[in-house]
Amino acid sequence: MKSKKLVIKDGNIIDPSSRTNCIGDLVIENNLIIDLIPNSNQTYSDEYEIINAKNMIVSPGFIDVHTHLRDPGQEWKETISTGSRSAAKGGFTTITSMPNTIPALDNANIVNDLVNRSKTDAIIRILPIGSITIGQNGVNLSPMNELAEAGVIGFSDDGNPVSDSNIMKQALTYSLYSDLPIINHAEDKKIVGKGLMNEGIVSNRLGLFGADSSAETVMIARDLILAESIGAKLHIPHISSSSSLHLLEIYKNMGLNVTAEVTPHHLTLNENWVYGKKGEVPDYIDEDSYDTNTKVNPPLRTISDANDMTKGLSEGIIDIIATDHAPHSDIEKHCSFADAAHGINVLETAFSSVFDLYLKKSISMDRIIESLTSRPAEIFKLNKIGGLKKGYNADVVVIDPKAKWKVERHKFVSKSSNTPLLETNMNAKILVTIYDGKVIYKDGNYNV
Amino acid sequence: MNTTNNKSLLDVDQLSEVDIQNIMNEADKLSNDNIESTKKYNSGKSVLTLFYENSTRTRTSFELAAKKLGADVINISLGSSSVKKGESLLNTVKTLEAMQFDLIIVRHSDAGAPYFISRNIDIPVINAGDGLHAHPTQTLLDVYTIQKKLGTLKNKKISIIGDILHSRVARSNILGFSKLGANVYINSPKTLSLFKNKFFEGENSLVNFVDDIDHAIENADVIMPLRIQLERQEQGNIPSLREYSKYWGINEEKIKIAKNNVMIMHPGPVNEGVEISSSLVHGDKSQINLQVKHGLFIRMAIIKTILSEANK
Repeated sequence: MKSKKLVIKDGNIIDPSSRTNCIGDLVIENNLIIDLIPNSNQTYSDEYEIINAKNMIVSPGFIDVHTHLRDPGQEWKETISTGSRSAAKGGFTTITSMPNTIPALDNANIVNDLVNRSKTDAIIRILPIGSITIGQNGVNLSPMNELAEAGVIGFSDDGNPVSDSNIMKQALTYSLYSDLPIINHAEDKKIVGKGLMNEGIVSNRLGLFGADSSAETVMIARDLILAESIGAKLHIPHISSSSSLHLLEIYKNMGLNVTAEVTPHHLTLNENWVYGKKGEVPDYIDEDSYDTNTKVNPPLRTISDANDMTKGLSEGIIDIIATDHAPHSDIEKHCSFADAAHGINVLETAFSSVFDLYLKKSISMDRIIESLTSRPAEIFKLNKIGGLKKGYNADVVVIDPKAKWKVERHKFVSKSSNTPLLETNMNAKILVTIYDGKVIYKDGNYNV
Repeated sequence: MNTTNNKSLLDVDQLSEVDIQNIMNEADKLSNDNIESTKKYNSGKSVLTLFYENSTRTRTSFELAAKKLGADVINISLGSSSVKKGESLLNTVKTLEAMQFDLIIVRHSDAGAPYFISRNIDIPVINAGDGLHAHPTQTLLDVYTIQKKLGTLKNKKISIIGDILHSRVARSNILGFSKLGANVYINSPKTLSLFKNKFFEGENSLVNFVDDIDHAIENADVIMPLRIQLERQEQGNIPSLREYSKYWGINEEKIKIAKNNVMIMHPGPVNEGVEISSSLVHGDKSQINLQVKHGLFIRMAIIKTILSEANK
């Protein structure tokens, strides 16, 4: 069979894995990167398909280590098929399946089923994350070694914290066999109480029960202490508060092998968004308020927290960006704030959201791309992806940094559209997504 | 029903000073009208009271107000949690909309629920209390009561004492009283206060959170203790009702430093002997029964105003 050859020409190639940031050509053959040619004047024969990337950013395909695919069990919200297409539109070529499916990813059979169905249903790579405890009940450890053999890349009861400190201690200890990270949703449920949003002036004003940010920090403190004494890998998901960041920095400086992720919404949105005026504080509360699309766990925090998260990401204290993509159907958000489900639909807006931080000069483009590509690959030991080195898997994304678009409900590829960014104008757009050497998404169309 | 052009009354923050004064004037007029004339105002209108939370006094007050205006009133009381797992709030109100009520008066345990209802139906909504958030008709009847006695709220010292955290009355009153120029003082156990003792973004000199209860009571024109619930003891917000009563209970001794003619108000229902002594509840400074009486005129004024605007 004739080999497939593809050139992405004259783009601004940014590959943090090889510390590359240059104008040049990226050459792909079959499913591999075969060359990266800076300042290229090369002409290519007819056997090459050429993608003109002049004035575009060319990046490794993005990796999301925190995706809720809802499949199996809640297919009305999202499926492997729709979630993977939504991801491709957002520039992601590798996503995960968080284990809070129904049933949970707590045994090899269900993980194998997910892996097998992903081969036919998904258009990109889907990696499973196993649950820490059976049925995410926080009581009995899952067969973690068996799950590791089945291919999970980490363990989490996400959505639920491991509240029992002894179970957390045992899980960290047992994870030493597989050397995979434990990803604990850090939330002291007793501090949260009836909390529905961040405790602060906005919760005061709206009369919504508040959840103090200490609920996160207290449990992160416990987890850091345990991880240090055990020597296990701890990965902190969706860090959201300044005090948690401060603690993380202290332990990182002490040399602890701990990593952390932050979501686009905890970087760019804040508690004022609950007023339903895109972050503005209104003179009086009206019917736009109590925007259920802003209800998420951990909750949107203060402006100062969000600014600190951006600084923490920029400085590398926070390692990576992860979406916590949490699709919910309209009916689950079309209700009172108390009744609404937690979660934001993120995959299709993620890059544009964080791109605004670059426009504000709060973070470099290299650091954004590193936090979406090479750094998650490194933490989760994902081989030959997350970079554009020779011999790497040809997962590539082409981004138009000048494009402008609007978030519109009917344009979502995801089965759901639960985001407070509806009707928001965005900068930068994913033009082309290449997975495993194949152009799977281009100019709004899928080619799979 | 106001300058913000909202068909509904959701909280007092949507009202201007003039809007509030118009309601007071209307209540005055209605209080002097005889029943034969008030019955004509909204004759033939159908009003629904939709209460997702138990209530006796507020629901009765609204029902009586609507009936005195000649409206037909239907009451639906849905307790609290029993309905939660059944029909969704949206489907319930869509069904009621199809029955073409002219006005829905709603109380709900979820903050923001009346906003959600108002957004989704064309019928005007009156918020009769939503979670911890707002209770605008209580604020308006309190304003009416204070104005009747003191003429104005401007520069008056009004102290609200007790469980601010869980009080929708306190939230609406802070908004309404400060809008009308009162100096609002708040004192509560630290475990039942608002986060960082703040209600508004930035500074608002008219709302003062004070740690010392005497600071709140001294020279006060109005003292308003709030109901304390036994539940707060169970949740660890206070050590015991006894301890609460000792330090935050309002009694004859504590109010000696207030103005001589201080008004003692309470949104009800009262825990006599806990947040307020029996002698104050039934004494000559007490406005509690007057508040209930004024509540009727205020609710009549609001219903009449909303229904006449809806007709335009």
